[in-house]
Amino acid sequence: MTNGWIDIKNTDMMLIMGGNPAENHPCGFKWAMEAKRNRNAKLISVDPRFTRTSATADLFVQIRAGTDIAFLGGLIRYAIENNRIAKEYLVNYTNAAFIVKEGFKLPDDGLYSGFNAASGSYDKSTWNYEEGGDLSGKTDATPTSAHATPAPPASAASGQANPQTPSQPGAPAPPPALPPNVAYDLTLQHPRCVFQLMKQQYSRYTPETVERITGIPKDQYLKAVDLFTSVRKDGDMKKVATIIYAVGWTQHTFGTQIIRTAAMIQLLLGNVGRAGGGVNALRGHSNIQGATDMAGLYDSLPGYLKGPVPDDKDLATFLKRTTPTSSKPSPWDSMNYYANTPKFMVSLLKSFYGDAATKENGFGFDYLPKPGQDCSWTHIWDDMYNDKIKGMFAFGMNGVMIGPDTNKNINALKKADWLVVGEIYEDETSEFWRAPGITAEEQKKINTTVYRLPCAGFAEKDGSMTNSARWVTWKYAAVPPPGQARLDQDIIAQIFLRVRDLYKKDGGKFPGPILNLNWAYADAAHPPLSQVAMELNGKALADLKDDATGQVIKAGQQLPGFAWLKDDGTTTCGNWIYSGMWTEAGSQIQRRGTEDPSGMGVYPNWAWSWPANRRVLYNRASCNTAGKPWDPDRKQIWWSESASKWVGNDVPDFKPDSNPKDHMGPFIMNAEGIGRLFAPIGVLADGPFPEHYEPIESPIKNPLHPEQSNNPLVKKFKTPFDKFGSPEEYSIVCTTYRLTEQYHYWTKNNPMNVQLIPEPFVEIPVELADEKGIRGTDKIKVISARGTYIAKAFVTRRLKPMMIDGKKTYQIGLPIHQGFRGIGEDEGRNARTPANLLTPAVTDPNAHTPESKGFLVKVEKA
Amino acid sequence: MSQAATELIRISGHAGVVPGAGLNREFQVCKLVDTTTCIGCKACEVACLEWNGYTFSETTFDNSYQTMPETAWNYWNLIKFNEHERADGTMMLLMRKDQCMHCADPGCLAACPADAAIVQYANGIVDFQEQHCIGCGYCMTGCPFNIPKFDPPSRKVFKCTLCNDRVSVGLEPACIKACPTGCLHFGTKSEMKELAETRAAQLREVSGFADAGVYDPAGVGGTHVIYVLHDAKNPELYGGLPKDPRIPWSVRLWKAPLKWIGNAAMIGGIFGMALHYMRFGPKKVEPIPPDVSPNISKNEERRDDGRRL
Repeated sequence: MTNGWIDIKNTDMMLIMGGNPAENHPCGFKWAMEAKRNRNAKLISVDPRFTRTSATADLFVQIRAGTDIAFLGGLIRYAIENNRIAKEYLVNYTNAAFIVKEGFKLPDDGLYSGFNAASGSYDKSTWNYEEGGDLSGKTDATPTSAHATPAPPASAASGQANPQTPSQPGAPAPPPALPPNVAYDLTLQHPRCVFQLMKQQYSRYTPETVERITGIPKDQYLKAVDLFTSVRKDGDMKKVATIIYAVGWTQHTFGTQIIRTAAMIQLLLGNVGRAGGGVNALRGHSNIQGATDMAGLYDSLPGYLKGPVPDDKDLATFLKRTTPTSSKPSPWDSMNYYANTPKFMVSLLKSFYGDAATKENGFGFDYLPKPGQDCSWTHIWDDMYNDKIKGMFAFGMNGVMIGPDTNKNINALKKADWLVVGEIYEDETSEFWRAPGITAEEQKKINTTVYRLPCAGFAEKDGSMTNSARWVTWKYAAVPPPGQARLDQDIIAQIFLRVRDLYKKDGGKFPGPILNLNWAYADAAHPPLSQVAMELNGKALADLKDDATGQVIKAGQQLPGFAWLKDDGTTTCGNWIYSGMWTEAGSQIQRRGTEDPSGMGVYPNWAWSWPANRRVLYNRASCNTAGKPWDPDRKQIWWSESASKWVGNDVPDFKPDSNPKDHMGPFIMNAEGIGRLFAPIGVLADGPFPEHYEPIESPIKNPLHPEQSNNPLVKKFKTPFDKFGSPEEYSIVCTTYRLTEQYHYWTKNNPMNVQLIPEPFVEIPVELADEKGIRGTDKIKVISARGTYIAKAFVTRRLKPMMIDGKKTYQIGLPIHQGFRGIGEDEGRNARTPANLLTPAVTDPNAHTPESKGFLVKVEKA
Repeated sequence: MSQAATELIRISGHAGVVPGAGLNREFQVCKLVDTTTCIGCKACEVACLEWNGYTFSETTFDNSYQTMPETAWNYWNLIKFNEHERADGTMMLLMRKDQCMHCADPGCLAACPADAAIVQYANGIVDFQEQHCIGCGYCMTGCPFNIPKFDPPSRKVFKCTLCNDRVSVGLEPACIKACPTGCLHFGTKSEMKELAETRAAQLREVSGFADAGVYDPAGVGGTHVIYVLHDAKNPELYGGLPKDPRIPWSVRLWKAPLKWIGNAAMIGGIFGMALHYMRFGPKKVEPIPPDVSPNISKNEERRDDGRRL
């Protein structure tokens, strides 16, 4: 979340899309209700189903699953056409005025400039800013628009190799080359300025086109976009709107781009950085934010530092590739905070390898794994199926159930030599060999050795949790783990210590990373998580002095924050964004102060929020260029002329002494200092502006460009399980979701939850039920090209048939919770089929998230 | 409030003096259920079970999110889910927390013949005293909301107590504590009424629900559980909430005029008996034949399965 849960109470308008917080985040949803009750805020719910969130909404529109970019793109068009945009914000805080390189082409045919069909990737050299100065009023010099001149990219024209994939093996990839001095037009009239390109791009998303794609009737659509953009009527800046989403947006082959469209809308309307605004991701588990912060993705390091690749032959090469240089119009200023990447990285390596990390050995950079291939979720299973991965540790997740394509995952596990599962229940992963359809004969042939390790549950261990609002909160164990159950960190520590002993005794191919790993815990076999938290915060290894204030941090002391990190090896820090959470003043994450001086729900002394205890990110943008709040009733931070610094109710997410006259951009994490409407080179794999692509399985061809219906960067696996259905055979759009009564895959083991939702069901429209002769509670089969799911029919009017590009289309949905182990399952009360038997293993090219929301099925009576 | 919670203002089937009769305490308690902010999460259902010590029940899927069709003797708090399509084609999913309404003029109490099996406290809570319950089930006929439920094994009737045990020590009911959205509120009747009317006005003026209003039915003297409804003109849409609930005429008749006719008949009977005795003397009793055993009921077996009797 750019903002936080409590901050939702400050909003005037909520667009909830790709999420169902009333059901999946009921406690946080309280703040949406507060905004409605106390501010007369409006709530718009856009969803494939009428959910319990929709039940509280002022307006509900039913959308076809996977067409969110069409909806949002049309919203951008509507806002621009009706002058419901934040002009001052747009010109000064976004790259609207930046000029894009000649040769950049919009995807009229579904492809941006630079597509290489052979490699299935883009040469992004034209996805960049033009070098130069102020081009205001110089539009005549460049009469061409991106539509008019689909010029071939320079590299393709000259026959050179893609600069992103160097031809020489081992040669380093060039750093993203944004021009330091960007050409701009503050009048936003230049045909190649970002604003004009964006306008052009979404001019195609007319309400009629949006209706064809999404199935939302034009009048309903206009009602929704009119309501949302009403906060910026005639450009008035007082009101604020928020956009709230969850995995209904991420689980698509264009998921990252949906979220980008939301970010663009919020920049266009000037809603980012403001109390009650922002783009707010609701995380599905209590600590999923913490997992991603700690490098949950294979290609990142803790604190979202980019992960090394084989071409990074040493630390210097890596740092050169990953440290951005500022790129901006010359009269402006850009803080470019990621210029500090070397400090974060070296401190991280010092934390990993301790004394073994020296200047001479690049602080142990060579010890880091440098994956040369996609190692994301679906690839792990594909590699296991193809005998490349022989064993798996599965902790804190139920791999077979999470999917996609449960069948493929089960068949992959059959081929593994061993599997270690750390869990609190006997789950589907540790009992994959008992999946329905596997006969006793077949079971005998499965030779995977399964080690089941009972683990402590969440209430049985202390530690920190990071919530959607980025609050790091320490929690205490409520009860000790039962029986033989052990803490996860104890299990991992003991595995590590024994592996290290083996390396010490027997040697090995590459012992350095294991033997030199820093393991300085009070009890090596039972590392206390408080010590791990202190390690993440970081400490000084030599006496440090801040020249400006004269403050001294002695060697061995905890660091006050990431501003103290050094790139010379005199500091350690396990995760730079967490620096400040456990200082010499003690644990900040155990704080429970309930003071809220501003009344805006900031609670600065409750736990600790990364980064630097800031509660709303980019809060400089809550003020106009002169440093005064857009809304005097919701003051977050402001420029104090007398103190000559930024002050306020929140920690400024900005250079504290940067005078507004210097025009430093509020988006300090971007090299440009501004919010990106146009995502230049190096940001995303599949396009600088989001474009609507159809889900891989879709009932229609993309009305925008039927020849390029899907995201061109999506790759399909080649196993016999990776099958896809045609709309002729599988005509129904299906999506999956969670229910408020159950928590993921574990509460099916708790009688209290099972009582509330005792059996799996499939929600189907009344009309479809009538057509098939199905009545409520009848057993039905939902069949995709990959598998069959059997459950009772929930016949409802909350899902209506839709007209998709002139074709009557049904949409159905099913909850993911039940599987083949649990109370109901063990009693034989259901068909024991996991929902992800149906879903395809195709993923978003940026975040590698599978497409579980929107695939094709057919329905039959069972 | 705690004192009010122990002062009885009504006692079922009671001939003697009612200590608190006629009291009208300032602090009448009230639960406010704002159905327009209910998200149907069922936290109140689980909190109710856990506080009152009931374990889970076997349920089946019934084409709804609703846990079971009606409240049960051991399931006092149930969210009723109703899909409703408005005239303009827009959908509504109405979710209403169903439980005892704690009527000011409780039909259950009026119908109950057992002395002190149902009492009403000065704070408005209507409470069943199971040790006095005779299991006749008349309270079930007397309730216009179909709330009291019979447990055959124990032959007793049970319902929501408005967490009298919590309220009497100054705590809010368990369901209120568990509610995450602030759809449930607890306080004095006047406060809750004001809050409800404010919210209803907001729904009418801001949210476009022209018929939004507060459900506090006069037919039972008002209730100590009140609802904010999007459509107060059609409470039946919310899982059969009666539009104008009243105590059934049969109960009224039985407990008011019929009771006095009965009393008169009884007194007349006694008077006649006395006259008969004076006129004819005592009746001579024939000895019981030895082959006929007296029909004495067996001692009621107490259950030991942990469930309440």
